[in-house]
Amino acid sequence: MDILTDVALLSRIQFALTVAYHFIFVPLSIGLGLITAIFATKYYRSRDEKDGAAVRLWVKIFTATFAIGVATGITMEFSFGTNWADYSRFVGDIFGAPLAAEALFAFFLESVFLGVLLFGRNKVSPKFYTVSAWLVWAGSLLSALWILIANSWMQTPAGAELAADGKKAIITDFLAAAMNPSIAPRYFHVIVALLIIGAFTSLALGGWYLLKNKHTDFAMKTVRIGAVVGIVASCAMIVTAHASAVQVSEEQPTKLAMMEGMYNDEVPPLYAFGWVDEENEKVITPFAIPGGTSFLATGTWDTEYKGLHSLAQEEKYSDMNVADQPVNLVFQTYHLMVAMYGLIMVTAILAIVFTMRGGRVRSMRWLQKLFVISPLFPFVAIQVGWITAEVGRQPWVVYPSTTGPDGVALLTNDAISQSVSAPELLITLGLFLAVYLFLLIGWVRVISHFVKQGPDEGAAKAADGNLAVASAGEKGGEQ
Amino acid sequence: MTILQILWFFLIFVLIAGYFVLDGFDLGAGVLYPVLARDETERAYIRRSIGPVWDGNEVWLLTAGGALFAAFPAAYATTFSGFYLAVMLVLFGLIVRAVSLEFRAHDASWSRVWDVCFIVGSFLPALLLGVAVGNAFAGIPMAANGDYSGVPLLGLITPYTLLVGLLGFSMCLTAGCLWIALKTPEGSDLRARARKLGGILQIVTLVLFVVCGAMTLGVIRPAIEPAMWPVACVFAVLFAIALIVSIYLGRAKGSDLGAFLAQSASAVCLIGLLATSMFPTLVVADPAGVGASITAAMAASSEISLAWMTGIACIGVPLVLVYHVIVYRTFRGRLSEEDVA
Repeated sequence: MDILTDVALLSRIQFALTVAYHFIFVPLSIGLGLITAIFATKYYRSRDEKDGAAVRLWVKIFTATFAIGVATGITMEFSFGTNWADYSRFVGDIFGAPLAAEALFAFFLESVFLGVLLFGRNKVSPKFYTVSAWLVWAGSLLSALWILIANSWMQTPAGAELAADGKKAIITDFLAAAMNPSIAPRYFHVIVALLIIGAFTSLALGGWYLLKNKHTDFAMKTVRIGAVVGIVASCAMIVTAHASAVQVSEEQPTKLAMMEGMYNDEVPPLYAFGWVDEENEKVITPFAIPGGTSFLATGTWDTEYKGLHSLAQEEKYSDMNVADQPVNLVFQTYHLMVAMYGLIMVTAILAIVFTMRGGRVRSMRWLQKLFVISPLFPFVAIQVGWITAEVGRQPWVVYPSTTGPDGVALLTNDAISQSVSAPELLITLGLFLAVYLFLLIGWVRVISHFVKQGPDEGAAKAADGNLAVASAGEKGGEQ
Repeated sequence: MTILQILWFFLIFVLIAGYFVLDGFDLGAGVLYPVLARDETERAYIRRSIGPVWDGNEVWLLTAGGALFAAFPAAYATTFSGFYLAVMLVLFGLIVRAVSLEFRAHDASWSRVWDVCFIVGSFLPALLLGVAVGNAFAGIPMAANGDYSGVPLLGLITPYTLLVGLLGFSMCLTAGCLWIALKTPEGSDLRARARKLGGILQIVTLVLFVVCGAMTLGVIRPAIEPAMWPVACVFAVLFAIALIVSIYLGRAKGSDLGAFLAQSASAVCLIGLLATSMFPTLVVADPAGVGASITAAMAASSEISLAWMTGIACIGVPLVLVYHVIVYRTFRGRLSEEDVA
């Protein structure tokens, strides 16, 4: 019955649930933001009404997704104060500024130009409309930057010191805190993953119409754009994944040890998959490349890394109780992410090969089906990757990284709101489940309605008089 | 107390004022949506009148929250965790409201469901945010570490905090009426209805303000800084003047835009009155608890952090104002049948 009374555990469950949900819609909208802006630009250049219909469809899908991202993002900003009051007191000096900057620089930019995108077709020039689509996307990239600055600081603190009373961290160098050691690899790793999501969603929509033999012109355009963005992002992913692995191995030794199931010091092998027997402290696997992980992290086959036991001996990591560490969870999520990347790369290569050379995908039903399910791969990858990143730093919420300033670390259990009781958390947890499930149903309804309607101009005009009037006005203006 | 601490104390209230003015009218429009609109076209007018702007308006709340976190973490931690269930109700309101506004137009068979979300989602923040402000102003019991130590949710609802909540609520509703009057076609029934109700609500607001003021001075007796007394009085007088001007302009031959702007000015004055009455305290302690009031100096982040925040605000705030000018200019003027077709 522990789970019903443990405030720290309930707070973690609530945060994990709400952030994982948020991290479905925000990545999708950042990924689709690019696709929408590309289509808007295409339309701006061609002034072909078919492209105009495509823009209308993408704007609708994008904004419906964006709305849930915005709404569930408020939860995240509030949650630091509502559920993590002691955390807020400890890190406010550093963590608050990027959050405020995110609102000021990114949220306003996104929300204001989103209004233009939604309602401005007949109010602004086609050029301004296209620029607005790019500005909304730029705003979302900026938003991701600020929130990842905040999160990366928790992973690899920098530019701060422990206050004299030991109760909070104080900033000493803002730029060092913002440009902390893990921000660059982590930001690009995340952004590239989100672009893959957008690209594969666009493959999925195109693949769906090809399967149904509807809107095939639009489908081919969409698949082509998805294939190009997909292959570029999937290749870039190799670089960012490597940089992230190097960063973790250098800065976050306990996370690395959990990712590879290392209890004792060893030269880490590379496992494709396996199972961590937490009781006997070993990895059960049929297959491993000796020294493989060492090679990926350092380029040498024989670099020894410390296991959890010797790390727990160090003063910095002495708060860690090895037996309590969720090693298998981190191991599994990490390896699942890598496995998903394998599927992503295969899909991206197939997409580019069979889309570009004469568009053979048109007649390849199995590939069309693969496209339809392909967004699952990056979605699973980002979710489990995020679990690796966040669970891997436990039991700390502010992680004592190797290069971090002494004392600037906070255990998750010391970060909660002491004035919030378990019953209150159970109530809100129940409400979150209910409200978020309701939103998901609403989103699926709306999106399936859009997909059914398609980029068909006649249907679009009948169903969406507002936009139809706009496009008629534009046409009239050209004549 | 340093200059930066004083600056950020008032900047937080500037952000709150921005939120109160901007989101105030679209929250009010949401609450009055079922009252003012009689048919589907009128409902479409109300939704469309706030459609392009509500999201940007709402960001003022996120910015105020973020700025409070950054500048005064201790005050942010105490209020958000102390008002836990109330904050969550506001949050759920904002969530379902945001989504309903986007989805309503695309999901005809669920239009009723989304309408209910829109109305409830507008009602909760419009009322509860004022109750929360009333609590921070009237005082809450706190533990030694600054945590709220009273009864969850129900402990926050007293006659006084409810009165403050109602004052804020009626201000939002009034602004909503005046905005709808400003955006709907000149000769429409909807506009006439909105103007009439707006005028009544302004009288209600004035009465609530007088009762609230009497109760503040007679029962709450806030420890206003001597130097702030005259400024607070000026804000109180300006509030009343702006409200009366708005009532005057809202009459038959007046200007809808003028009435709306005067109403907005009165909202700014009300927050100015609040800020000057509270200075330099952010959360007042109730004697029932052991913890002391949270002042700006106690709660503030380091000078380095505040200096960077000031730099960020110097670049960010002008940009934000430019965005708002762009969007309000783009969508200026009354809506026409074409807009809601």
